[in-house]
Amino acid sequence: MLSTIFAILFYLATAVFVVGLAYRIRLYARTPAPLKIPTTPAPVTQTGVVLRLFREVAFFESLFKANKWTWLFGWVFHAALLLVVLRHLRYFTEPVWFWVNWIQPLGKYAGFAMLAGLIALWGRRFLVERIRYISGPSDHLMLMLLIGIAASGLLMKYVAHTDIVALKAFVLGLIYFNWQPLPADPLLLLHLGLVLILMFIFPVSKLLHAPGVFFSPSRNQVDNPREKRHLAPWAAALDANRSDAGGE
Amino acid sequence: MADYETIPINTLFEIPALKPGVMKDSAPFVAAPVHQEALGFPGELVDDWQARAIEKFGELLKKSRALQVYMDGCVKCGACTDKCHYFLGTGDPKNMPVARQDLLRKIYRRYFTFAGKYFPKLVGAEDLTKEVLDDWYSYFHQCSQCRRCSVYCPYGIDTAEISMAAREIMDHIGKGQKYCNEIIGKVHKIGNNLGLPEAALANTLEGLEEDIEEETGVAVKLPLNVKGADILLVTPSADFFAEPHVDGLIGYAKVFHAAGVNWTISSYASEAANFAMFIGSYEQMKLIAERIRKAAQDLGVKRIIFGECGHAWRVAYSFMNTLAGPFDFLDRAYPVPQHICEFTWDLIQKGELKLDKSANDHMTLTFHDSCNVARASRMGDSPGGQFEIPRAIIRAVCNNFVDMAADTIKESTFCCGGGGGLLTDDLMEIRTKGASPRMNALQEVVEQHGVTHMAAICAICKSQFSKVMPKYGIGMDRIVSLHQLVSNAIILDGQEGSETEDDADTIEDTASD
Repeated sequence: MLSTIFAILFYLATAVFVVGLAYRIRLYARTPAPLKIPTTPAPVTQTGVVLRLFREVAFFESLFKANKWTWLFGWVFHAALLLVVLRHLRYFTEPVWFWVNWIQPLGKYAGFAMLAGLIALWGRRFLVERIRYISGPSDHLMLMLLIGIAASGLLMKYVAHTDIVALKAFVLGLIYFNWQPLPADPLLLLHLGLVLILMFIFPVSKLLHAPGVFFSPSRNQVDNPREKRHLAPWAAALDANRSDAGGE
Repeated sequence: MADYETIPINTLFEIPALKPGVMKDSAPFVAAPVHQEALGFPGELVDDWQARAIEKFGELLKKSRALQVYMDGCVKCGACTDKCHYFLGTGDPKNMPVARQDLLRKIYRRYFTFAGKYFPKLVGAEDLTKEVLDDWYSYFHQCSQCRRCSVYCPYGIDTAEISMAAREIMDHIGKGQKYCNEIIGKVHKIGNNLGLPEAALANTLEGLEEDIEEETGVAVKLPLNVKGADILLVTPSADFFAEPHVDGLIGYAKVFHAAGVNWTISSYASEAANFAMFIGSYEQMKLIAERIRKAAQDLGVKRIIFGECGHAWRVAYSFMNTLAGPFDFLDRAYPVPQHICEFTWDLIQKGELKLDKSANDHMTLTFHDSCNVARASRMGDSPGGQFEIPRAIIRAVCNNFVDMAADTIKESTFCCGGGGGLLTDDLMEIRTKGASPRMNALQEVVEQHGVTHMAAICAICKSQFSKVMPKYGIGMDRIVSLHQLVSNAIILDGQEGSETEDDADTIEDTASD
């Protein structure tokens, strides 16, 4: 019964996550940007834009300029999260990919860095007056959710081990439609339950910052307005009304 | 005028404690029906304004990727909270960029998102009420659209885009701003922000020609409506009469004269400024930009050069090709358009200007990067040219130059406090307070390096500074036009009392800086 509920929830959550995110990305991609608005100085080539976005996504370049503490906590959390997620691939693959094995030692400790980063980020929401002012319930809940996921994961890894072999069988069963029982371990159920919530809310929450950064015109546009005429389809229609239309 | 204290000079750049609501009542005069209707907006607040506002908001979300992505993407990290000059100057938390954005975002969430429709309290979604509209009107007119926050945002969220959208929505429900909308109407009707007709303009230019001849003994011309001229100069109309703007215009005229080019001003497009950007109206902005296109075609010029103006250069550099292009009828050997600084710097590099740097020895200069030039445009071929070229010109014409603190210049520059359509007397309090970060940085170099003057390349900056600097105990004549410095140093052929022996050192001097 429990296994079935979780299996169905995981399918649902995956569908909501994938479809919701795809819908959002499609919306961003299809909405025209009528004007050239890169924050300058901006790259003058497409390659330069790719590098700018890479620095933004990999190193949080702008945040580094803004506030070193926020940058440190935020970057540590995101980098650790990446390692932790990659480490978790071992529960989804058989045989485990070789490079997943390589990062396993790092990934194990990254969980602590992730938790520390999250707690520090949450602390700012109480301790810094300006950040306290702009923090709403959803901002606190999002951090609580992530802290819950990290803490329950660490507890399973280092305090109360769960039946990881059975869990892997359950996960692989989900992937290959050959359902297996899920260990009824409260910590594990909490961990998975929180991950499910995260997947469900991803496409309707501020987590949309993840795809959004790639579509931000101030970051992804090439600075070449004098060389190349930029024109959105809805704006092109206005040219037809021009006094000298067709006279060129 | 309201009773308020000027923020004391604070060269420690302290971040103020929050003072909720202190600027709530700072709002500009509302546009009269006649100014609204001239632009095709409703004369006054319409009865069904909520529905019309949501409808317009929905339309803008479909037309602007920036608005859509920026409404969704904020994580409330707080990186922007101490970056806005209006927040630093007032302490009003709604002047923190994220909080300003949230005034619009909470309505976005309520009407356009799943979470806001079903869990409004959780995500801070709110109904569009009269109180919200009042907040919009106050706080979206306390944003100068300077983009400083967007530099620091990890997602590049640009509050300028959001305040433009908010103003566009308010215009469409009949709550426009008098200052901007009245001015835009004048440009449509007469051709410039001042409403200066052709005859008056001709008169002014003649007067300037006489002044220059009196000063130098050289007949420098400021031609108007000359068909077949090579270059059309489009400059902010403040350059025709305001101080220190007019000294900049004299500088351009001298540079053109020294270069021996055939240039003209157009009375039809006698305005570089395009206030339609401030109200976020693509259509209005296009109408104004197309006047320049038409003037260029009618006069048969080959090139367009813009005078010193910040937002005008943003519209010219970043938007004009989009709004009024393509400019195939111009000489494509030159960028369209060019900035007067690009033109002057090119001549200096080629050694074609005779310059006497000592003419500016009575001053120690610093340079105020105007926000729209710094963060929304470029000069020259490489990124950052908008910082280097004006400084290179200053170094070529002045011996004493010092930059202000690194986090207050270039891409981190602070707005003068009067940009974005706020340069009006009914907003004097926010203008004065918003100038404080720049005043603090200026005061620092005054004390440490004996700086006497600050140069700028923006008509709004110049007007704003000459008005607010006295409130900080700094003389209004301490703000100068960049081309005023060029004008002082340039030696025209046949100029009375000209000494030409040290003109050859300019290139080496600038190259070594």
